[in-house]
Amino acid sequence: MTATVEPEIGRARLRKEDARLIAGRTRWTDNLTLPGLLHMAILRSPMAHARITAIDVTVARKMSGVLAVFTGADLADEQGSLPCAWPITEDMKSPSAPSVAVDRVNFAGEAVAVVVARSAYEAADALEAIDVDYDELPVVLDMEAAVAEGADLVHEDLGTNTSATWVFDSAEAGTGSDVEQAIAEAEVLIERTYRQQRLIPAFMEPRSVVVDPTGEQFTMWSATQVPHILRVMLAMTLSVPEHKVRVIAPDVGGGFGGKLQVTPEEVLTFLVARRMGKAVKYTETRSESILAAHHGRDQLQKLTLAARRDGTVTGLKVELLADMGAYLRLVSPGVPILGAFMFNAIYKFPAYRFVCTNVFTNKTPTDAYRGAGRPEATFAIERLMDELAAELGVDPIEVRERNWIRHEEFPFTTVAGLTYDSGNYEAATAKAKELFGYDALRAEQRERRERGDSVQLGIGTSTFTEMCGLAPSRVLGSLSYGAGGWEHAAIRMLPTGKVEVVTGSSPHGQGHETAWSQIVADQLGVPFEDVEVLHGDTQSSHKGMDTYGSRSLTVGAMAVVRAADKVKAKAAKVAAHMLEASEGDVEFEAGAFRVRGAGATAKSVSIQDVALAVFAAHDLPDGVEPNLDSEATFDPENFSYPHGTHLCAVEVDTETGRVDVRSYVAVDDVGKVVNPLIVEGQVHGGLAQGIAQALFEEAVHDESGTLLTGTFADYLVPSAADLPTFTTDRTETPATSNVLGVKGVGEAGTIASTPAVVNAVVDAVRHLGVSDIQMPCTPMRVWQAIRTGQTDAGGLGNEAGGGLGSIDSSGGAR
Amino acid sequence: MIPAAFDYVAPSSVDEVVRELAAAGDEAKVIAGGQSLLPVLRMRLAAPAKLVDLGRIPELRGVRDDGDAIVIGAMTTHYEVQRDPLVREHASLIALATDTVADPQVRHRGTFGGSLAHADPAGDLLAPALALDAELVLSGVDGRRTVPAGEFFTDIFTTSMRQDEILCEVRVPKRTGWNAHYEKFNRVAQAWSIVAVAAAVRTEDGTIAEARVGLTNMAATPLRATAVEQALVGQPATTEAITAAAQHAAEGTSPSVDGNADLEFRQHLARVLTSRAVSAAVGA
Ligand SMILES: Cc1cc2nc3c(=O)[nH]c(=O)nc-3n(C[C@H](O)[C@H](O)[C@H](O)COP(=O)(O)OP(=O)(O)OC[C@H]3O[C@@H](n4cnc5c(N)ncnc54)[C@H](O)[C@@H]3O)c2cc1C
Repeated sequence: MTATVEPEIGRARLRKEDARLIAGRTRWTDNLTLPGLLHMAILRSPMAHARITAIDVTVARKMSGVLAVFTGADLADEQGSLPCAWPITEDMKSPSAPSVAVDRVNFAGEAVAVVVARSAYEAADALEAIDVDYDELPVVLDMEAAVAEGADLVHEDLGTNTSATWVFDSAEAGTGSDVEQAIAEAEVLIERTYRQQRLIPAFMEPRSVVVDPTGEQFTMWSATQVPHILRVMLAMTLSVPEHKVRVIAPDVGGGFGGKLQVTPEEVLTFLVARRMGKAVKYTETRSESILAAHHGRDQLQKLTLAARRDGTVTGLKVELLADMGAYLRLVSPGVPILGAFMFNAIYKFPAYRFVCTNVFTNKTPTDAYRGAGRPEATFAIERLMDELAAELGVDPIEVRERNWIRHEEFPFTTVAGLTYDSGNYEAATAKAKELFGYDALRAEQRERRERGDSVQLGIGTSTFTEMCGLAPSRVLGSLSYGAGGWEHAAIRMLPTGKVEVVTGSSPHGQGHETAWSQIVADQLGVPFEDVEVLHGDTQSSHKGMDTYGSRSLTVGAMAVVRAADKVKAKAAKVAAHMLEASEGDVEFEAGAFRVRGAGATAKSVSIQDVALAVFAAHDLPDGVEPNLDSEATFDPENFSYPHGTHLCAVEVDTETGRVDVRSYVAVDDVGKVVNPLIVEGQVHGGLAQGIAQALFEEAVHDESGTLLTGTFADYLVPSAADLPTFTTDRTETPATSNVLGVKGVGEAGTIASTPAVVNAVVDAVRHLGVSDIQMPCTPMRVWQAIRTGQTDAGGLGNEAGGGLGSIDSSGGAR
Repeated sequence: MIPAAFDYVAPSSVDEVVRELAAAGDEAKVIAGGQSLLPVLRMRLAAPAKLVDLGRIPELRGVRDDGDAIVIGAMTTHYEVQRDPLVREHASLIALATDTVADPQVRHRGTFGGSLAHADPAGDLLAPALALDAELVLSGVDGRRTVPAGEFFTDIFTTSMRQDEILCEVRVPKRTGWNAHYEKFNRVAQAWSIVAVAAAVRTEDGTIAEARVGLTNMAATPLRATAVEQALVGQPATTEAITAAAQHAAEGTSPSVDGNADLEFRQHLARVLTSRAVSAAVGA
């Protein structure tokens, strides 16, 4: 009897993959070596916008170890256009997106030539010998300028810098009333413009790709989040038959959406390997990663919130400009659209309108980054709720309470048309307030204000929800996305009773091997240690939609559960035969089949016994195949809606503008939890990334489009030393949309934390005349905001931050 | 990132080093801890033909007592300087400033001499060396010479060392019993200073008898805040008096500016941080 007794689900197991990942005892893509492996290096444009008038590669070609140099002209016929799978509107403008520029460069960092050499060193040396002549073109950087009449164009042939405009209107959709009317009738109007600065995903493992063209199939190893999508897209864009491509994502060191892409580098490595007939490797440098891997966020949000004097919200209008950068990558256009459903958040807005204009600029393309559209939306609404509270002179939590969906109102269909299955905002908020010591901190804040302390205390709230678990295929279809949102899994019962779980989701740090093992151990009643999880290789894991959008557990693991159900159903037939009972009379519990009601001491056969009997196949019931292995593909009916209440206390040094996060309480409700330790890890990492947007990170370009934050000395990723000790806790409101009752947690911390921190910073200095500080809230911006606020005291006051005029270069409040 | 190809030698004596440098002309560079040089090479901002490693010369490493001064070998790592009892006792300002440099990995490889020789205006050890009137002992083909810190730093990333010279050691006059503090302002823990202030103060019966104040990153070279020093002497060691004196901190400064701080903010920081550094030093 090997069955586990204590349920695995809910256990805070250490992750089985950590020993190899932390010790580096694994094969990252860059560790791979193959016989005769060649190395590729990429010359990148220093210009943001230019015509290429000449490229001279003669010297480079002759250098030691160099086997070939290819320019855009050499590869133009075979490189196709990098795929964009999300045409959000029928008239969306999408420029052809070469992997290596042919006659024009549209962002600094775009590839202009590649060198293939015997060693990475020789390839790097040869880059310096390539001579490119550029004819500079006007650079388009600012979104508002880009959409203005007569603007210089990123893509002359498109005739505009606007890629698409996407609209959701609750009156038109029948999900609510007319927002213009709500605005006209509003007793209180809060109008603000917020900027979501451009961020750089900064995953730990730089992107790396190896292509071996020497076998019957092309094999591509890539540090990607999406091996399955990558394979399909390579087949669709490069005229290579799908069955002739195998993609392997070995252990991958983080992605955060930054590796949810079909990259120019992957395509180029593929093309070059095919040309050379030899295996080729490309690994980017950190500088290349920062410069050329897709960026995230970058929106200008014009917001109008209508409310009554009693604090009831009556309407919300959102007008976005979203910076696509120079090209549309895999899901670039859809990222801000994911936010469309989240601006209304947990609040009962009767009227809502969302208009998003996607804009081209001469910058690195943007695409998914942890949260993808939802952090931007959550930031906007949570900041607005604080502004409304300030306007009305009530506590920010009170304003939220007045408007949020009460727990007895679930399931609740929102003004954006989503149906939230479950939630309990009251419970999460009550717990967070208690852990935070809300009232005591408010008292301390009052005391410091009265004393005129140079260090002021601020308290920020974020009562967030988000939609994740991407995604119901029919919803994706209605949003014109180019694929479904299902996930696949297979379970193989080995003769010795061990279990292989094949998953189509593709972990790159999340801990699937542990969580899936826990789930399968419970489902099949086998020991945790007896489960092996296989992933990331299109040969073994032949079907999948990969990992992003907090989908692995809520979608991928559901496929695992269904596959396990099928294994049990098959095993039941054989077990009944072995027990000489009819199938209807046997029951399965804790890994063993017994005759129902026969008592614990009655004869039983374990699932392992059945596996062995099926392997031998000597005595199976008639018509039963000797096979327990099963597959399942799960398509979710609904999204997953984790929520929570995050409270942040900051100390602002009013003399230097420095912000220190003093305490941070995150009470998340992610439904049932498979492994609390993994959930905790996701929350911690998520908080760090969300706080980073609030206080530290920002991709900055100069007026010629050069990225100024091109190293980690300038692009400030905080470390543990810069962050407080987080207090995390949970409430548990099970999801009703899946059998495990689980909700996604991968992005929650990032989505929730940014507004909590900025709300706290503004709260700390609001009495000094400040109502907004642009992100990241650097010391200089905070200091300037305080100075401006004090100068203006009694003047602009609470109106500060309103209108596009608040986006001034220094980022201070007006 | 891959640096351009270079030759590498690791001599075992200072004489050999300076001969290598003299022979190579502009083509050679010495490497100490490599924490500043390697990034420069990897980003191909420089491509010296030869690297001369100072790591095999034991006499360049360690701290010794030399009567009225302590002598810090150029190759002493930040980690060693932080913990050295002589430094902590007689030049605590240097130990305190070193505590704020980078992160533990960098401090285990980066050197005191390398920091000074690199002459990065944002480097944290220049202002303390200047404030304490350190003397830098250089060796070249023509022999040894000693240069006061005030004459060593000539411009951004530029010193008065000749091409064939290396920095061997740094003599720091003992300031035993002085109170010191290094007040550093940056945005994330492992970063260089946006502005920092090095203060060493001697008090007698609650009155400031002597004060030495150095500014990091307020010009192309480290600066002494002489007006502040003068204003402090004879004042009571109180916050009010110190804050008043610190108002002179930005006088004569000409910092470079970047996205972290414009001129006005930097000069403001200089005043605030000076007040804090001196106050912390004297415990006011
Ligand atoms: C991530 C990171 C963070 C950092 N943060 C900080 C910080 O917060 N504050 C700070 O002050 N510094 C910081 N540094 C720099 C660090 O302190 C370096 O150690 C120091 O600047 C250089 O010392 P080194 O021994 O590594 O010199 P190297 O890098 O080996 O050399 C630097 C330069 O000095 C020359 N040189 C070195 N030694 C001698 C010598 N004896 N004689 C003549 N020339 C010599 C070299 O030729 C080279 O030009 C940081 C570095 C890193 C990598």
